[in-house]
Amino acid sequence: MHRPIHELTDAYRRGDLKPTAVAEDYLARIGALDGKVGAYLTVMREHALDAARESEQRWRSGSPRGPLDGAPIAVKDVLCTAGVRTTCGSKMLERFVPPYDATTVERLRAAGAVLLGKTNMDEFAMGSSTEHSAYHPTHNPWDLTRVPGGSSGGSAAAVAGGLAAGSYGSDTGGSIRQPAAFCGVVGMKPTYGRVSRYGLIALASSLDQIGPFAQDVTDTALLLGAVAGHDPRDSTSIDAPVPDYTAELPKGVAGLTLGLPDEYFIDGMDPDIERAVRQAIEVLKGLGAKIERVSLPTTRHSLAAYYVILPAEASSNLARYDGVKYGLRVAGRDLVDMESRTRSAGFGAEVKRRIMLGTYALSAGYYDAYYGKAQSVRTLVRREFAAAFAKVDLIVAPTTPNIAFKHGEKEDPLSMYLNDVFTIPGNLSGIPGVSVPCGFSTAGLPIGLQVLGRPLDEARVLRAAYAYEQATSWRSRRPELA
Amino acid sequence: MSAVATTYETVIGLEVHAQLLTRSKMFCGCPATFGARPNTQTCPVCLGMPGVLPVVNRRAVEFGIRTALAFGCRVNESCRFARKHYYYPDMPKNYQISQYEEPLAEDGFLEIDLEGGTRAIGIQRLHLEEDVGKLLHEGTLETAQASLVDFNRSGVPLMETVSRPDLQSPEEAAAYLRAFRSVLIFLGVCDGNMEEGSLRCDANVSIRPRGSTTLGTKVEIKNLNSFRNVQRALEFEVRRQAQALDSGERIVQETRLWEADRGYTRSMRSKEFAHDYRYFPEPDLVPLRIDRRWVEEIRASLPELPRAWRQRAVAQYGLPAYDAEVLTQSRALVDYYETALREWGGAAGAGTERPKILSNWIMSELLRVLSGDDERAIQSSPIPPRRLVGLLELIENSTISGKIAKDVFQKMFDSGEDARTIVERDGLTQVADEGALGHVIESVMAANPKAIEDYRRGKKEAKGALVGQVMKATRGKANPALVNRLLEAKLAQT
Amino acid sequence: MIERKDVEHVARLTRLALTDAELERMREQLNSILAHLDTLRAVPTEGVEPTSHAVDLVNVMREDEVGPCLSQDNALANAPDRSGEFFRVPRIIEE
Repeated sequence: MHRPIHELTDAYRRGDLKPTAVAEDYLARIGALDGKVGAYLTVMREHALDAARESEQRWRSGSPRGPLDGAPIAVKDVLCTAGVRTTCGSKMLERFVPPYDATTVERLRAAGAVLLGKTNMDEFAMGSSTEHSAYHPTHNPWDLTRVPGGSSGGSAAAVAGGLAAGSYGSDTGGSIRQPAAFCGVVGMKPTYGRVSRYGLIALASSLDQIGPFAQDVTDTALLLGAVAGHDPRDSTSIDAPVPDYTAELPKGVAGLTLGLPDEYFIDGMDPDIERAVRQAIEVLKGLGAKIERVSLPTTRHSLAAYYVILPAEASSNLARYDGVKYGLRVAGRDLVDMESRTRSAGFGAEVKRRIMLGTYALSAGYYDAYYGKAQSVRTLVRREFAAAFAKVDLIVAPTTPNIAFKHGEKEDPLSMYLNDVFTIPGNLSGIPGVSVPCGFSTAGLPIGLQVLGRPLDEARVLRAAYAYEQATSWRSRRPELA
Repeated sequence: MSAVATTYETVIGLEVHAQLLTRSKMFCGCPATFGARPNTQTCPVCLGMPGVLPVVNRRAVEFGIRTALAFGCRVNESCRFARKHYYYPDMPKNYQISQYEEPLAEDGFLEIDLEGGTRAIGIQRLHLEEDVGKLLHEGTLETAQASLVDFNRSGVPLMETVSRPDLQSPEEAAAYLRAFRSVLIFLGVCDGNMEEGSLRCDANVSIRPRGSTTLGTKVEIKNLNSFRNVQRALEFEVRRQAQALDSGERIVQETRLWEADRGYTRSMRSKEFAHDYRYFPEPDLVPLRIDRRWVEEIRASLPELPRAWRQRAVAQYGLPAYDAEVLTQSRALVDYYETALREWGGAAGAGTERPKILSNWIMSELLRVLSGDDERAIQSSPIPPRRLVGLLELIENSTISGKIAKDVFQKMFDSGEDARTIVERDGLTQVADEGALGHVIESVMAANPKAIEDYRRGKKEAKGALVGQVMKATRGKANPALVNRLLEAKLAQT
Repeated sequence: MIERKDVEHVARLTRLALTDAELERMREQLNSILAHLDTLRAVPTEGVEPTSHAVDLVNVMREDEVGPCLSQDNALANAPDRSGEFFRVPRIIEE
């Protein structure tokens, strides 16, 4: 029964399938298989069955709430769910039960979605492999010895492994797009401000966005549409109408100009990836798109700018975890001792490293050289994208420079950071981007094609992804997870 | 102190934090009121829970602009919020959302009236930020094994103003604070309650040899919770610094706490290892571009400020400066006075005794039963301005004596009735019938031959005693002036 | 170049208690990362405004209206140490 959500709801409408049966099926698969995959941190069995029952009644009486009614989905454990523990992949929040729902979660409940559970992630969303979860690593359903990517590895693996029909993650430097590419599913990061961040446990406030993982582009459009839109509780949320993202999907790419950035086809990139992406571009040309070269020279400084901005903002956002009001507390002889012990015990090595880096970058005497400088470099990145989009409608590129690596392969922090080199610029400039499957490596591991667009142009981004998807059949290949 | 004054100059700057009278907190919708049970006025936002975001309270910004205009500040075209990082358990996020490089307003001044004249004290900047929670220590801070935190106050809007180091003495500092507080109360942006902590003051003080132009090392003094304590603490600190310099010691840049009970400042922490606040622009809040039309609307709605009113009252109404000072305790009291004056003949009233009579009655009677800075109590006084005027008119036209009027006033306050009703019902109309009075006087004179003897022998006070007896006999209702005249005439006859 | 004392200072600022071994490893890793971040110096950015927000919004404010609060129990529900109506913390020693 692992089918795209839009097929599930069609079946609900026809009466061929029932939401409760589907929910039970997913829960059974989770029970049987998640021991191997490790996609979930918390399974919300009771909630899922209750929600499925209510959905069923609505379908039966002919009054479903919308295209997600009865859809079994998972949510990254970075999003607060009222009454359900929310750990952010960290020991610091092992027993934290939020008294409130994130706006995204509220909207999903209102849409009638069936929440299956909270998925695994790199601790506090810092990582590209989900190996930094304080609980357990997640394994790539295509090859369990390999990582699913990160930090939203659990959400990506859940969809790839048939453990959820769709899911949500968060993307700060590629944490949706990169795991989507590694796991062979569609993953989208919307324009910064398109989806409310209220209830999203913050990593880097000026970079974080929530977005969907899905089995196909149509589902991606539905999942995005259900949660996008202005939220008065988020001052950075954009007050602009949310279009029906499915409406434009079939328009195709004829007449669109796609930009290929020189800087994204680098020496030393995986030859399988280069081949797959270039072939995908040929497919798009065949569908009527015009291809043009563009240059984004500041790309090579994006990683450095990001690794100043992110740690700086993260070190600030994580200052609140001190054992006083919620979360872990380790006893100490006095307040400062308690706080220090708590933070040292509650945070893993990668989190500590970034907190230290960020605190240093913001500290007296270093602000201008690091944070100030990085934010100016960021402006250059934004300007270059804006200039490129004056010539082209969309930018296409690889999502990642490499395919899913083996657990433990990238222990050096710097080499881990390089995973995000193609996705980071999209976060720095706040533009929307999607990763859609475009082939497999010789070893049989998925490869992702990235499409980036202008701010608030999700519809066009999805339209190009859809055209490509419909002209190929990558999505019909599934990992064998018995 | 004078030895110090001749050798050293004092340089003082004041930082004042005022809690704004908004209904809700600075960045969330929790109520901003005082006195609720602990941790009952909180939400995920002001508790700093994971995932929450702030949203700016428009009225707090309005109050900030209002105050900035009252102090002649330049309201900046744009301003933004910044995070100020330090660890303390009363601060949920371990950073405070404040303003740093782009504050709401800058470059204003406050005029204070001193013995030697008027001085304009510079106000360097004014900005908005959120308040922190309350810490209670199980015992004292030094002996407690644990502390308790109440986050009700966390997130309440605070307006911080920083004066330039223009204050030259502890008295000036206290005068500045008084005047400052008075303006804030007049604007309705803060209730100025220092005991409850809605107005807080820190001082920065240094001294330097007289004539020197370089500033000495400044020391920050905290825990100044009344005008008196501001003055006492600064007097102590100036003496302490002078003594140190006199004995060749160096002043350490530090923060000191004023211990009011013990009368000294003690070192709290060394400011040499100053907090590294790691300010950066608050990424969860977008910049404010302050619309100039909004500023002008607010400017147009500013009330007449205390000092301006006092000057006008002295010039136009002939009030003594003291009276004007008392009346400007609150805007409600000034409004009360102005309304009453208007009721009592308005422009025609000025230039007569009426402004002063009114002022006397408000100061001695109204403020006996109401608190001058209790806006609500004054606005809902059982004796509204019109009724007070009604009472004063009865005195003016001799219907009752001043003494009886005081009783009537109390009855009016207790019952809510007007003067005329009470006077008529209780038969308090003054006796002014010369014939009737004449008889009473004769009886009193007959009953007090010794007093008459004393009077003849030159003891003028004896007449007063006789007048007293007449008043007693008429139960206070005799017109005293008339009694005096008639009594004198009769005494002259005998 | 970050020195050992810089690492200790930063760790204190951010309330992390690191062992000697951790401090040393942190120093090495931070230096290595900072060497890469220093490449930013070479980027010409004179006259380029820093981006603090990825979205061009201004003047987002809310009306001064009171909204619902958490109940006292809900506010305190996650407290590691609750004492009646309060959050309780170990004694505070002024530095």
